[in-house]
Amino acid sequence: MLSPRVLVLRAPGTNCDHETVHAFERAGAIAKRVHVHALAEKPSLADDYQILCIPGGFSYGDDIASGRIFALELKTRLGDLLARFRDRGGLVLGICNGFQVLMQTGMLVADPDGKPRASLAHNRSGQFTDQWIRLEAKPGKCVMLQGLDQPFDLPVAHGEGRFVARSAADLEALSAAGQLVLRYTTDAGGQATNPNGSAGDVAGVCDPTGRVFGLMPHPERFLLATQHPSWNGRLDGDASGAGLAIFASAVKAVS
Amino acid sequence: MLWEVDVLSADSANDHAARAVVKGAADLGIAGCTSARAVTGWLIEGELSRSDLDRVAASLLADPVTEQFTILELSGPAPTAPDAAGTPPAAALPHVLHVLPKPGVTDPAAQSVLEAMRLLGIEATAVRSVRKYWLPELPRADAERLAWKLLASDAIHDVVIGPLPLRALSGGRPWAFTEAEVPLEGLDEGALAKLSRERCLALSPLELSAVRDHFATLGRAPLEIELETIAQTWSEHCCHKTLGSPIDHEGPDGAVRYDNLLKETVFAATREVREALGRGDWCVSVFRDNSGVVRFDGDHDICIKVETHNHPSAIEPYGGAATGLGGVIRDVLGTGLGAKPIANLDVFCVAAPDTPAADLPPGVIPPQRLLAGVVAGVGDYGNRMGIPTIAGAVAFHPGYLCNPLVFCGTVGIMPRNSAQAEVRKGDLVVVAGGRTGRDGIHGATFSSIELTSDSESQSGGSVQIGHAINEKVLVEFILEASRQRLFHAITDCGAGGLSSAVGEMGASLGATVDLDKVPLKYEGLSATEVWISEAQERMVLAVAPGDWEKLARVAADEGVEATAIGTFTGDGRIELKWQGRVAGSLDCHFLHDGRPRQRLQSRYVPLPATAPAWSATAASPGATLLEILAAPDVASKEWIIRQYDHEVQGCSVIKPLLGPGEGPADATVVRGVLGRDRGIALGVGLRHRVGPLDPWQMAAGGIIEAVANVVATGADPDRIALLDNFCWGDTRRPESLGTLVEACRACHDVAVDLGAPFVSGKDSLNNVFAWTDAAGKPRELSIPPTLLATAMGQVDDVRRVVTPDLKRPGSRLAVIGLTRDDLAGSQLEALGVVTGGAVPKIDAPSCRKTFRQLARAIRDGGILACHDVSDGGLLAAVAEMAIGGGIGATIDLGKVPTLLEGGQGRHADLAIAFAESPCRFVCEVDAESAGRMGEWLEGIPWAWVGEVVTTPAVTITGCFGAEESVTLDRLARAWRSRQAST
Repeated sequence: MLSPRVLVLRAPGTNCDHETVHAFERAGAIAKRVHVHALAEKPSLADDYQILCIPGGFSYGDDIASGRIFALELKTRLGDLLARFRDRGGLVLGICNGFQVLMQTGMLVADPDGKPRASLAHNRSGQFTDQWIRLEAKPGKCVMLQGLDQPFDLPVAHGEGRFVARSAADLEALSAAGQLVLRYTTDAGGQATNPNGSAGDVAGVCDPTGRVFGLMPHPERFLLATQHPSWNGRLDGDASGAGLAIFASAVKAVS
Repeated sequence: MLWEVDVLSADSANDHAARAVVKGAADLGIAGCTSARAVTGWLIEGELSRSDLDRVAASLLADPVTEQFTILELSGPAPTAPDAAGTPPAAALPHVLHVLPKPGVTDPAAQSVLEAMRLLGIEATAVRSVRKYWLPELPRADAERLAWKLLASDAIHDVVIGPLPLRALSGGRPWAFTEAEVPLEGLDEGALAKLSRERCLALSPLELSAVRDHFATLGRAPLEIELETIAQTWSEHCCHKTLGSPIDHEGPDGAVRYDNLLKETVFAATREVREALGRGDWCVSVFRDNSGVVRFDGDHDICIKVETHNHPSAIEPYGGAATGLGGVIRDVLGTGLGAKPIANLDVFCVAAPDTPAADLPPGVIPPQRLLAGVVAGVGDYGNRMGIPTIAGAVAFHPGYLCNPLVFCGTVGIMPRNSAQAEVRKGDLVVVAGGRTGRDGIHGATFSSIELTSDSESQSGGSVQIGHAINEKVLVEFILEASRQRLFHAITDCGAGGLSSAVGEMGASLGATVDLDKVPLKYEGLSATEVWISEAQERMVLAVAPGDWEKLARVAADEGVEATAIGTFTGDGRIELKWQGRVAGSLDCHFLHDGRPRQRLQSRYVPLPATAPAWSATAASPGATLLEILAAPDVASKEWIIRQYDHEVQGCSVIKPLLGPGEGPADATVVRGVLGRDRGIALGVGLRHRVGPLDPWQMAAGGIIEAVANVVATGADPDRIALLDNFCWGDTRRPESLGTLVEACRACHDVAVDLGAPFVSGKDSLNNVFAWTDAAGKPRELSIPPTLLATAMGQVDDVRRVVTPDLKRPGSRLAVIGLTRDDLAGSQLEALGVVTGGAVPKIDAPSCRKTFRQLARAIRDGGILACHDVSDGGLLAAVAEMAIGGGIGATIDLGKVPTLLEGGQGRHADLAIAFAESPCRFVCEVDAESAGRMGEWLEGIPWAWVGEVVTTPAVTITGCFGAEESVTLDRLARAWRSRQAST
């Protein structure tokens, strides 16, 4: 059987593209970095791929709001390419800045009128933070979160990751629709690990089809046990990290 | 037409900037500023309608869920109208204050808006960002104080209290060519000194007279642009003027005569080490290129550089630190045929955060604000670059009050056989990256001049603001162009701008440059300004004419501007053209070899030895440990570390904070290549408290500390590359120069004894600040002599590294190395518990023996945890290990191998517990391996001193049997007690 193909879409300022390619390759896929300018010149490039991933970074500098210009570029230059990609059976994954981009495109959490029910805002602390957190997934229909050992640890590294719903009713509606699939939970000592003040401890969201998924934590930074801050003397240096399971789940779904 | 779009968070509880204003006002003692709102404003100019602005605001500038916006037409009502600044968001906040970048200052966010508007099909002619604060009614003096002490930096900002009087964002006008001659004929020494000062040239009268005589032989006066080129090229910043000088030194070993201090000490050490290595020499390119290159694995070399950016950071901490990091990243990018930056480090030296405001000389930024600014600058730039900031340190000393030190370093990786690069005759001079503006004029010469209380106003133009995204795309472009081998040589445009970059690359061939081809940010720059501007994020490449089209295509694909501005000619001259005319012409030989060298005198007299004097109120070891853990140098730097992305690129193996209890690491380790197991360990050493006492031991101690840090992780002690960064006071004084000479001698001796070559380095001299105090008395403050040593080690297999956090109850603790009576310069002394005594002394050959044998024990898998003993001594090391592991330990001070005489009661306990004797380690060893320790450590002083226990406490047994236990919780709280950020 042919390996699934992954398009890792980068823009000026994308900076997690190499390790994201590496993650998909470890999960058994063939992954390629493609610049958004190249895709805009030739949208049919996307036809060769089953998964499209927008990796982390600071697209276009993120000086106005994270992911906004990249999302605007996708909307104005690529139209409904992402929606068509999903509709023909493809998967779309957004990690950190990629999640921010997907939120800005309106693909994830629009209400029936097409207005966003939620957004990602500056962390409650007002500061960028790089730390490890613990997560609990309720995968439901989200195809990229199937078969994970729970709970699991991943790192976050962002300044704008606080999930904010337009209202309590909107939060409830998203939850009821099974879209709030990934949440921060308590660590081994019972301490909350929500790093940014997200409503409902939301760390990741899928669209109503379950085929588009975005998350603030970085699964591509925990492919190997040696990436965990407490691995030394405690975990086997050759073991896999929890993040790999997310890429494996995505690759399996399109294999 | 000029519009303003104001964006405000919908929920005031999420207005972080407003919260910071309220807190800052309270800290400044400004009464009545109990609430505020902060607005992100955009000034947008162009033939635009209100509906255009509506679209821009709704789809680009404001978030539909969390923000709201308003639109003002500034070309409309007069600024005196009551609502000229818009409607206040609350009745209690009637006053408005604006902070905006000065014209010409880089404004990355505004640039983003201008470009993103094009995606909407809306073309603006100019955009500027503005921060706008709605405040309660305040006396004007309070508003001014709030603005300048908290919100704005007068190097880069304008402040407008009340409505903005702006009606247009005007650009400049093209500069008309004039041929500005600077007559030097007949000027005597005094007149030349005056000229140098007035023109900010930083040239000595001797150097200027050489320029005068050179032009006299040509029968003409130098043009301004020529004089500036010479000043940049001959600056301390660009050519190690002092360190490379001939020096007559009087030291404890008698008189020594150097023809070139640097060559005969630091460089010589590298030469001797390489000769000793013979065929096993693993240095590739050292002290030649923009960074030092060494072998890594069969396919790759790695390189490293550490730079200082002290003077700009003293004036504008955020921009200074960010551009410092940006510069050193370009150094790595500009090494050989281009290296990929894979890790950053940063080290800051500042005064204590609680320095009273009354102690600040005029023009000096309070240390806490300065530290917050430099941290934010490094974080914002490094994070955007996608390069993990993995290592660093912060050192505190009152001597850094006026001259803080900011060190930024970068490690890079490149394919083997790409470290050598050579410009060829006929190659095009290509400038790529950001456009050129008036940024950073005189940066190179400015950093060679001492600061005064007027520096802020004199030198604002030398402050640059970084635009990380420009550098990020530049990196992508260079690495792709390098992969395709589309250029012959590359260097970064740093200090001195194009004049230094083109001058250096064309040093033997010469070059002609059409200055009017250089892309400008705005009109109005003179030819000289274009030539010496230090506008950021630019690289210069030498490109064969046949490759130019391919290179231009790669640049366009990555969204980078690349422009051919001239040719490397081969005639040995730098020829500058402007509007078709010759604007300047210099002989390369004179430019690079014409600087007269002055023989300098230096003297060093060691301080007399003193006996340690103990304070009458010395507390118990446990109580003292809590104080030491909370000392600024020792306390956790988590608030800084977490603001940096230290895991991007996915290669992280040992992080700066680790273990279940998130304790500190010694060195950090990253994989060199994703998916491969060979690693790079980075450690730094800085013994600033020893500097004023003994410069030789300060330098030697810093090197040993840096090396011990990387060896403690399992790095190979026979493959460690060293870097030196000398930061000194006024080395024009023989006494001060004498301490620098002693430090250079230490670098030589220690590097040779360790077999660890220096591969790169940099110096920053004249870190002196002069001012007139309130009583009218001239005052002056110099930094303590400071050498930052950086060690880059290599780990054969990252799966076998060792971290300091304690792992398993039941395992045993060993101390390796001798504890001596050497408390001078220690944290214990800084606490006032003891004064004087001997400084820690380095015996480098025995250090090497310890490093090699410890490395063997780690390689054999016998060591569970290892921590190098440095600031705060043995007990601080054990406490840090326990905090990281989240488990307890026992330690018997009476069993520690020591040369201390017994019988001093509590003082003996304190001296053993907190001495900072060099080259010691605490190791956790599992029960099965314990029997092999004697074999591993044969011939090295070591002893079992305690155990790892489940009880969450560190239990200390004194030399005379007294037992004391401190809970892990108290230790961790003390260590984390200094987390205040802004």
